[in-house]
Amino acid sequence: MVYLTRKMEFSASHLYHNPAFSAEENRRVFGKCNNPHGHGHNYVLEVTVAGDPDPATGMVLDLKELKEILQREVSDRMDHRFLNYEVPELAGQIPTCENISAVIWRLLEPKITRGHLHRVRLYETPDLFVDCYGEGNGAGNGTGVTR
Amino acid sequence: MKIHLTRRYAFAASHRLHSAQLGEEENSRVYGKCNNPYGHGHNYVVEVAVSGPTDRATGMIANLSELDAFVDREVIEPFDHKYLNEEIAEFREHVPTTENICVEIFNRLRHFPSAKLERVRLEETGKNSFEYLGESVGSVQ
Repeated sequence: MVYLTRKMEFSASHLYHNPAFSAEENRRVFGKCNNPHGHGHNYVLEVTVAGDPDPATGMVLDLKELKEILQREVSDRMDHRFLNYEVPELAGQIPTCENISAVIWRLLEPKITRGHLHRVRLYETPDLFVDCYGEGNGAGNGTGVTR
Repeated sequence: MKIHLTRRYAFAASHRLHSAQLGEEENSRVYGKCNNPYGHGHNYVVEVAVSGPTDRATGMIANLSELDAFVDREVIEPFDHKYLNEEIAEFREHVPTTENICVEIFNRLRHFPSAKLERVRLEETGKNSFEYLGESVGSVQ
């Protein structure tokens, strides 16, 4: 088994606000991220695909194909967008790294037809990232909620 | 969805690698420059990974301000700008190698109340890093 990782960046804005919370509760829980005008990040996405290299091509999957999938599924949807309002897959969710990575997982997983999606790593800043392993592919028993 | 949240922190500290179980010559041979009696320092980087259900109301595994405050209290405050051999009780008895510091940090953080501690990764320099996943995980991961 070989793990192949492709990296890409996208820039987007977001804000954290739960309409079920009071204004004070929103400020207390989300702090600066509750600014109603939003704020942005340069997100760095690392997508890891696991598989055995094809004997004929020596590839797990064609990097060009993966690049196109990332462009179509992630970049076209999220790059230079306001995530709260412009990404339907995030509607009704707080666009945290956790939730964005789960959305990206669900978008990519069915598109990876050679090998299988192993991990989606999403950096919000160099000091904060999440790893999403889907519903359980050997990364341990899923303790996360399914939505 | 299985999701791990990782946050990076930094502290600067000095240490000396010297084992009471070894003679002077042996210490010098094993630890080389790190055995310098005056000690030396590093800019350490700690990665702390936690997991748990993503709270529907907040979209978060753990509130970062809570995680930051916990790591600050348990690790950064006590370790930053300190001489680890003298000022951290654990290292009066154990050599403060990055392996041992990594395990000590894991043990200090394992009781984080809001999420499960999955992993501590400690960089001593940009070239050396160590990871500890706790005893229960074993060596397979």
